[in-house]
Amino acid sequence: MTFGRLETQLRQRRNDGGKCLVPYITGGLKGWQDAIRACAANGADAIEIGLPFSDPVMDGPIIQAASQQALFDGATPISIMQEIRSLDVGIPLAVMCYYNTVFHAGHERFAYALADAGVCAAIIPDLPLEESGPWCQAADAASIETVMLAAPTAPDDRLPRVVARARGFVYSVGLLGVTGERASLAQTATDLAGRLKAITDVPVLVGVGVSNAEQATQAVQVADGVIQGASVMRRLMESGPDAVGEYVAQVRLAITL
Amino acid sequence: MSLLITPGADGRFGEFGGRFVPETLVPACQELEAAFNDAWSDPEYRHDLDKLLSEYAGRPSGLTECHNLGKQLGLRLFLKREDLNHTGSHKINNVLGQVLLAKRMGKNRIVAETGAGQHGVAAATAAALLGLECKVYMGAVDVERQSLNVFRMKLLGAQVEAVHSGSRTLKDAVNEAMRDWVATVSDTHYCLGSVMGPHPYPFMVRQFHRVIGDEARAQCQERLGVMPDVVVACVGGGSNAMGIFSGFIDTKARLIGVEPAGGAAVGRGQPGVVHGMKSYLMQDEHGQVQEAHSISAGLDYPGVGPEHSYLASIGRAEYPTVTDDEVVAGFQLLSRSEGIIPALECAHAVGWISREAPKMQGQIILMNLSGRGDKDVGQMMDILDGKL
Repeated sequence: MTFGRLETQLRQRRNDGGKCLVPYITGGLKGWQDAIRACAANGADAIEIGLPFSDPVMDGPIIQAASQQALFDGATPISIMQEIRSLDVGIPLAVMCYYNTVFHAGHERFAYALADAGVCAAIIPDLPLEESGPWCQAADAASIETVMLAAPTAPDDRLPRVVARARGFVYSVGLLGVTGERASLAQTATDLAGRLKAITDVPVLVGVGVSNAEQATQAVQVADGVIQGASVMRRLMESGPDAVGEYVAQVRLAITL
Repeated sequence: MSLLITPGADGRFGEFGGRFVPETLVPACQELEAAFNDAWSDPEYRHDLDKLLSEYAGRPSGLTECHNLGKQLGLRLFLKREDLNHTGSHKINNVLGQVLLAKRMGKNRIVAETGAGQHGVAAATAAALLGLECKVYMGAVDVERQSLNVFRMKLLGAQVEAVHSGSRTLKDAVNEAMRDWVATVSDTHYCLGSVMGPHPYPFMVRQFHRVIGDEARAQCQERLGVMPDVVVACVGGGSNAMGIFSGFIDTKARLIGVEPAGGAAVGRGQPGVVHGMKSYLMQDEHGQVQEAHSISAGLDYPGVGPEHSYLASIGRAEYPTVTDDEVVAGFQLLSRSEGIIPALECAHAVGWISREAPKMQGQIILMNLSGRGDKDVGQMMDILDGKL
């Protein structure tokens, strides 16, 4: 089996004995392109770029605020995709978007627009396995890797079906809840990552509720890597792209030691 | 074959419906679907529910002929009196069903969204009766304009949380309730208030409201010996309309779902996906969900239940709109001619009937009066003060 660019990159990191780090940045928010460059320059393996949506049900207050601000500033999927095309950061880019953005554009049109912009993967948090068929078909045809989410609530017989459809990596949802920073890493984070690692060779990355370098270190004791969303976005909104770069470097160092 | 669909595992009404939820909620929706199907076919559960509906909620609700207004408009108008149910609207049918089901599933807490506050009040009521903890999410704008219902919910022991995100109305309350459910799914049931959301909600909530249509059909048969020519109800998410439509879907009656001009999901929307379902949705050119605007908080919703989208797509039901001015006129018209103050939501249906009456001369019109207007009196006082 040949892997897509994202999965190839993450497997390479794992094969080299390292852990994967994927920061999340909301597209269209002031400073987002500089933030992506800062992530890439400070040890990110790939970047997850959020396309802001009016009704982000999987997101907590920080990413909700970022999305709302980006929309208010006039960001659209088309404008963000155009700007992604001119980003030349040398690492794989994935988009995170809610399904209506895809459905409204049309599956094939959206998949080819991603490919055209140089994006190699898509994460669609409100498109579960049972509804994913038409999108996955279009995505496969355009060589877009569809990252599947796995949740702590999934019974054992569900997880193998989810990972079988996962391309790029498996997004192991760290806790029962929406994106946002938490005081400690939930037990569910390592539990689920362990269940997934036992049944798949696809890289398993923990996201949602991995809030700092220390928690990232705990998560990668079991998982192949982490996604850093709210903690990155809070720094971008409070302090700007440089603070994002410093933070990513700090997490990279912590999960490398 | 009946047009009243029982969706399969994919939760579809034609191309509409489905289950577009975060992975975390998929097992919960599957569990709910199984629990509902099991309960619905269990005579003991049905007995308990029927007993609550009759002894607590006051069913069956009456059928009132509006002699004065009918004469004035040149038609026969009958109201299905859901406004006389306990808590003042049809919402009690659904919450009693769901809270009884939640208990049966071993959940000790419910969350709910509310627009006008009618579903929130009903949910809080059922939770108080059956001993469950209850949290209601309500848009900050709606908290402001429906303060009476906010107080009612608190009085009933529910916690009310004002939602400040997005448009701060019903759609954002749904988002916030879903976020709560994502985090609390192990002990919490999401008591969704309309025929919307992910499967099995659109189907389940319709089944709980079928009692409206079933009763009305029997009442029409008994009182009139014929079926009505037109069945009318207001549509936000569309639960009261699906309730009454389900009794008449296989008759020749025209089915009319009246939407507010500023929240016309079927009339002005395109197919889209939000809140777990594929349905008609008001959205911009990029697929961002638009904010609905209407005089009634209960209809301020940019989407609509998927079964309505299906009925519209096959041409079985029509979804005209009325303006806020027509609603205000309808509100006063029913109050003065019949001594019945309707909820502003239902005043949409009154507004449509009064506008379209010239084309329906001599016909029998059945309208679902899904709620009473007490909650709207404060708002109408501001609008009408000095004009009465």
